[in-house]
Amino acid sequence: MEILSRVHARKLVEWAKDKPDVIVLSADLTGSTEIDLFREAYPDRFFSMGMAEQNMMSFAGGLAREGFYPFIHTFAVFIYRRAYDQIADSIAYPNLPARLFGFLPGVTTPGGATHQAIEDIAVMRALPNMTVVEVGDATEVETLLDAIHPVKGPVYARMLRGEIPRLFAADEPLRLGRARVLSAGNDITLLSSGICTEEALRATNVLRARGVSIQHMHVSTLKPFDDPAILEAAAQARCGVITIENHTILGGLGTAVAEVIAEAGVGKKLVRIGLRDVFLHGASRPYLMREYGLDAITLIRTVEQLLNADFGITESDLAAVRLDAIHSEAKAEAL
Amino acid sequence: MTMTHENGHWQDEVRRVAQGIRRRVLEHTITQNGGYLSQACSSAETLATLYVKVMRLGPSIAPKVPPPFPGVPSQHNSAAFTGAGYNGPHAPDLDRFFLSAVHYALALYAALIEVGRMAPEGLAQFNQDGSTVEMIGAEHSPGLEVTGGSLGQTLSQVGGIALARRLRGEMGRNWVFMSDGEFQSGQTWEAVQALSFYRLDTIGVYVDVNGQQCDGKMTEVMNIEPLTSRLEAFGARVFQVAGHDPDALAAPTELPPDGRPLFILAYTNACAGLPLLESRRPKLHYVRFKSEDERQTFASYLAAMN
Repeated sequence: MEILSRVHARKLVEWAKDKPDVIVLSADLTGSTEIDLFREAYPDRFFSMGMAEQNMMSFAGGLAREGFYPFIHTFAVFIYRRAYDQIADSIAYPNLPARLFGFLPGVTTPGGATHQAIEDIAVMRALPNMTVVEVGDATEVETLLDAIHPVKGPVYARMLRGEIPRLFAADEPLRLGRARVLSAGNDITLLSSGICTEEALRATNVLRARGVSIQHMHVSTLKPFDDPAILEAAAQARCGVITIENHTILGGLGTAVAEVIAEAGVGKKLVRIGLRDVFLHGASRPYLMREYGLDAITLIRTVEQLLNADFGITESDLAAVRLDAIHSEAKAEAL
Repeated sequence: MTMTHENGHWQDEVRRVAQGIRRRVLEHTITQNGGYLSQACSSAETLATLYVKVMRLGPSIAPKVPPPFPGVPSQHNSAAFTGAGYNGPHAPDLDRFFLSAVHYALALYAALIEVGRMAPEGLAQFNQDGSTVEMIGAEHSPGLEVTGGSLGQTLSQVGGIALARRLRGEMGRNWVFMSDGEFQSGQTWEAVQALSFYRLDTIGVYVDVNGQQCDGKMTEVMNIEPLTSRLEAFGARVFQVAGHDPDALAAPTELPPDGRPLFILAYTNACAGLPLLESRRPKLHYVRFKSEDERQTFASYLAAMN
């Protein structure tokens, strides 16, 4: 599998070249959110706002009112927890085209509970006028900017940085409101988002070899959540629907799926894999995924329960098919 | 200056407008048995000086009688508007006005009427369902342009607007009206820090330092003084002035900008022009009469004002 490095850093510079109304705002995390290349390329369009997120959000609202596209970059957790009132009143209420790029979601940072965004999608989904997107691989990071640029209102983008695998073909861009079908099947419908898609691919690989028929779809648009293909996939699942997300099960992907299948009267069992209403703590990504049950083995046990089967799959079976051999050897990223 | 005064000096016009603001807000408070009355008393000369003397504004381009609420902004509502048109068109060399302390909306509406930008009957829509003439003004309300009701957000928003205007080479100034209570809020100081850092000297802020807030006297709720030296330490250019004196209020705006954001601290009396209100101290934030007798006393005073 191809692993790409600093995808957003390079893409943003190239993409913004002919867009003079795109302005980047940083809250003292310029290198950490991959906007250092933008700062070097377009210093007149880069504004350091310091460690002051509330002011930065309202400032962005002012810039957007005047016709600019402010691109806010910081850690996801600092966007919505430190400055929610400002996002609501200065950006979302007036439906302004600010772009909020939130980095290091959930288990992707070892920075502890203060750094780990675990309910950002829930919070942002609840905010009127907000569009919510989460990227799952390098192709989606590369194609996100084109996908969201036509959106007239604000967009919250849950980002990836550093070394990122390419799971999806480079010529298949992220499309707002369209889930990607990664495999077709009718025993189980599996909906995954963000980094959990890579993890889910490991599990589905082994499960398919055991004869399980899985409809696996990757979901990048969390709001609006109106892709008819998701509902269709849920309806045709013989044994049930599973969601897996790097987020609390309250208000994120699992909740969004529960809402649409319940409202449509689709009577399928739904299992939501994610954080079960608990905080994370400071530790490595593999450790946290295992400890909090966001990993492939948890997904396999869930499938076994739904099918009332025991495939005897072990960690070593998964290791044999790991997709991220290169990725797992990449050195741990600093904060 | 945006208005010419055939008779007498601009200071007389400021005093006339200020008296009109107090009279209209008092009348409204009596009719509705409630209102932000002390805010009108403390800010009357500041708002009057801004509209009569300080701001370079074109004529209003908004309907004299405010149109009904068009619905909240969204991708499905192309009818949403702001109330900025009451302050004239947006143009590179013209000024803009932003009301940060939006519970002063009633005083602002009264000011717009007194300077001929809104029809007097517009005030009849105040706080009525389906109207834009809201009690806590929002961006669709006459004379308003941004939504700042949670307080402390407008200065940052104007920072973004001023930065955008500078990027476009616009020379117009950006005037903000704030209350002193907003200086208890951390975001205000984040904003001052950023305005100084980016030398946004097209921003001029009038602060109504009336020393009052919802719970009572500010020195007993949470002290903000010494405000002048605090702001200066943050890099602002600060003038502390007598807030009911038109000359004192206007003078700092005659100075050429020097790179620092301008703050004019108008020290005011929340009962100015209405000594009857003194009996309500220390709670002046929102006046609701305690008895019919009290209401009649204020009504008699109003009759004498006219």
